Amino acid sequence: MMANKKAVRPGYNYAFLDEQTKKEIRRRILKAVAIPGYQVPFASRELPIAQGWGTGGLQLTLALVGPDDVVKVIDQGSDDVVNAVNIRRLLLQTTGVKTTENTDAASLIQTRHRIPEERLGDWQTLVFQVPYPEPLRRVEPSEVKTREMHAEADYSRLWVYLYEDIVRWREITVGAQYPVLVNKRYVMDPSPIPRWDVPKLHMAANLNLFGAGREKRIYAVPPYTRVQPLEFEDHPFRVESFEGKSCAVCGSTGSFLDELLDNHTGARRYTCSDTAYCAKRLLSEKRHGQRPTRRTDGGD
Amino acid sequence: MGGIELSGLNIADTFSGLQGNPVPDEPLLRVRGLTRIYGRGCAECVVRTGPEAGSNICPICASIVACAGVSFDLYAGEMMGVVGESGSGKSTLVQCLYFDHTSSAGEAYLKSYRGGAVNMLGSSAQEQRHIRHHLMGMVYQNPHQGLRLDCTAGGNIAEKLLTAGFFHVGRIRERASELLRRTEVPMERMDHLPRHFSGGMQQRVQIAKALANNPPLVFLDEVTTGLDVSVQARVLDLIRHLHRELGLAMLVVSHNLDVIRLLTDYTLVMKSGRVVEAGLTDQILGDPQHPYTQLLVSSLL
Repeated sequence: MMANKKAVRPGYNYAFLDEQTKKEIRRRILKAVAIPGYQVPFASRELPIAQGWGTGGLQLTLALVGPDDVVKVIDQGSDDVVNAVNIRRLLLQTTGVKTTENTDAASLIQTRHRIPEERLGDWQTLVFQVPYPEPLRRVEPSEVKTREMHAEADYSRLWVYLYEDIVRWREITVGAQYPVLVNKRYVMDPSPIPRWDVPKLHMAANLNLFGAGREKRIYAVPPYTRVQPLEFEDHPFRVESFEGKSCAVCGSTGSFLDELLDNHTGARRYTCSDTAYCAKRLLSEKRHGQRPTRRTDGGD
Repeated sequence: MGGIELSGLNIADTFSGLQGNPVPDEPLLRVRGLTRIYGRGCAECVVRTGPEAGSNICPICASIVACAGVSFDLYAGEMMGVVGESGSGKSTLVQCLYFDHTSSAGEAYLKSYRGGAVNMLGSSAQEQRHIRHHLMGMVYQNPHQGLRLDCTAGGNIAEKLLTAGFFHVGRIRERASELLRRTEVPMERMDHLPRHFSGGMQQRVQIAKALANNPPLVFLDEVTTGLDVSVQARVLDLIRHLHRELGLAMLVVSHNLDVIRLLTDYTLVMKSGRVVEAGLTDQILGDPQHPYTQLLVSSLL
């Protein structure tokens, strides 16, 4: 039951990859789910997009997508930027699946550097594009050594890095890519999501899969798994603060905001980073007969 | 984690070490037949090398027998010296005991590890890491080996404490400054890189790091070699002071008989990878029995 048979280009296998490759990736996914936070090596394939543009996430999506899935692709929270549009188009042309921008309607969501604002359910899968899967890389350049450190759960050097950050700057300056401890065992890089999104991984109902195409690693946070950001007792983990700021489009005060600078007037505006969430809020306000939200300034 | 219990560290216990040396009943560290061979090794290696053969290179397979059949007991609060010329296997011995090198054969029992009933040389890498960080300290000849020169002095000490599950920046800094004060490193250098320190100060930071988790046993591998004489004296003074105050057991490796005489109660003399003589330091230096020891003592000016 393909939703959109006409869109499918002839001459390609279903979901672009050959069956053997998809099978291998699925087996790696099973292993990753069985050992939460552990990086499973896999044979990353060549794709029609360059490595570094989401090939890890895309291979996971291609290996998982079935004819009944509804797919959503976002890049930094937005459905409409070029990377998201191209990946969505590739999926459509090689599978014919239904695509959506609505988070609530998507069974499979591929994302770059954000987790949607709406809470995901246990029937949904979130696929992350990961540039650097190794959280210990900032303290140890050797892959052999970092694997040993993971095997022995020896994370003292990463802790020293955080300690020295506090000594130097009085707080931990790691913004995106904040290291987390998964299931009390492996330290994991949650991909460059903002700190804002890190608590959403903890005990999430959905399956979270991480794919790094260039570095050839797959890892996972299965549903209802403990995910704890590394923190000191006297320096607890904090998310970004948007106190006193709201979205210039929908008026939201409870979402991750992007800061936009007007080149001519120098005025600052904030808008929701998750564009689908923003549009949905706006629509529901309109439906309820309210005026579209105030614009905070005269910019644009 | 493989049955390891991470022991918390009580700040109040810090440096409440033994006053004077109690009469020990069983040794803190018991080493039996420790052997390390570099190379493929053959059946004749140990027989065909040693002080009689005058070499530690096996004439048949050309493997190097760095040390062989080393046995001794080290009691709590005791300072034991290991002396010998370059290449006699002294450093290999302590580095095997500190798990920097794997040993080819032999056994070692640490009283504080599973009641001294399990051979720690045969433990898993994870357990060995635990022993290294909780039950032992090591001071290397070269500070590059024992310190991360691109981490601050405080960060180096923090590494040991963080391994022991100490996740409180304020308390880590409290403990680090206490250790640095004790090892006479100026407090204002705590957040500086040891890369910019003098050799003597680097060595003192290394000692502070080795003591961070209150280990009952510390290995000192040629700690004063490469320091000038006045700095040497201060470091030796510090070691003696710490030993008296904390009641630590120490294994002191040196080729310098003066250092051995100054620090230790008991001495092993090594040559070509074997212990040729062992006994009270005064006895060994005053009345050496083995020809090699006699040579060593007579060459002392």
